[in-house]
Amino acid sequence: MIPPSFAYRAPASLKEALALIDESGDDAKFLAGGHSLLPMMKFRVSEPAVLIDLGGVPELQGIREAGDRIHIGPMSTENEIIGSALLQQKCPLLPEVARWIADPQVRNRGTIGGDVAHGDPANDHPAVMLALEADFVLRSSQGERVVPANEFYFGTYFTAMEANEVLAEIRVPVLGPGTGYAYKKLKRKTGDFAIAAACVLLTLDRGICKRIAITLTNVGPTPLRASAAEQALTGKAIDDAAVENAAQLAMQICDPAEDLRGDKEYKTHMAGEMVRRAIRQALERAKEAK
Amino acid sequence: MSEQQTVGFTVNGERHTVSVPTRELLVHTLRERLHLTGTHIGCDSSHCGACTVDLNGRSVKSCTVLTVQAQNAEVLTVEGLAGPDGLHPLQEGFREEHGLQCGFCTPGMLVRAYRFLQENPDPDEDQIRTGMAGNLCRCTGYQNIVKAIRYAAEKQTAGSV
Repeated sequence: MIPPSFAYRAPASLKEALALIDESGDDAKFLAGGHSLLPMMKFRVSEPAVLIDLGGVPELQGIREAGDRIHIGPMSTENEIIGSALLQQKCPLLPEVARWIADPQVRNRGTIGGDVAHGDPANDHPAVMLALEADFVLRSSQGERVVPANEFYFGTYFTAMEANEVLAEIRVPVLGPGTGYAYKKLKRKTGDFAIAAACVLLTLDRGICKRIAITLTNVGPTPLRASAAEQALTGKAIDDAAVENAAQLAMQICDPAEDLRGDKEYKTHMAGEMVRRAIRQALERAKEAK
Repeated sequence: MSEQQTVGFTVNGERHTVSVPTRELLVHTLRERLHLTGTHIGCDSSHCGACTVDLNGRSVKSCTVLTVQAQNAEVLTVEGLAGPDGLHPLQEGFREEHGLQCGFCTPGMLVRAYRFLQENPDPDEDQIRTGMAGNLCRCTGYQNIVKAIRYAAEKQTAGSV
């Protein structure tokens, strides 16, 4: 399969990239790692007239610490996320998630920014960004705005990003030493999307759950935040009954699309199981860290 | 009208300049313009790994890279593995350990294993299986592929001491 014809542009700066999208009109698209967009173009699901390749834009590279946040260049590949000593030390959740994505070759091309901004509910980073309460910096030639991850996802392939905007930076918090984290993903095989996955971040205060975030991948049109499950656990000691209650509450918000990976009932059930496992692992890690 | 662009890159140490439609995929340029048909097209959707090549020192699936993205790149294909003294240790390992049956996946396996052993020169079986997870084989059951990569790792490690 060969993609449809397009004009190809390779800007060398962010300014140039933003000027190109302005002059190219509605049919232009930014190209990140190309491991979602190129397959979609092969299938004629997407037929941009102009492709603006962000691969040569230096402003979109690199991973830096900035106070209690880490600023991630969206063109960082999944393997760069895995190999980042800074993330391993300050936000180890992200390298752990990236290891669950695709395979070694694909992780050399696929980027965290592409995964985040594409709007595909099957992608893994979006739910993790909700749990981290990350911020997305969106840039256009008109200026810059910062959108919280929790206000970014509207529907499948439908996000807060305008066509002339680029995701310029991803800002995540440094995880404190007492923070437990986990990402549990069920998939049929290497390279497949999640049947269901769950992300949990939690902090304890003398055995009591002080704060918890529970989010879900690929069981709705967007990544989901299981707010009722979070509220049920906050301020309580997390025992088996509390874990089960949270899993049941998380399952209530699932609305997965039926496909070859399973029907709604199966996927919802698996999402519940991923929530149980993620809470247990995050809890263990929070206790170990004390 | 499809737009053409001129792309210069190095393949197996040899400099090439090609004029290609912007939509042309790297695997097609390698096979059809440079006649390097060792790189195979399997699934054509970045799952199977038969089209794996080395691009600027990283393993990639050449069915999901545009040729225009390889401007000034260094590419290594299976044709570039063997040296003047004969087979690369990996090729020798695949022969000695029966790491192939039909051979369709083998070029991708070899080129991925070449880079994997640079990343991890002395891997155990689990690390080999994880490092090779982007390459599918429908014949061998992977057992002998793992052995072939261990064979090459041992030979290369011994050679470098």
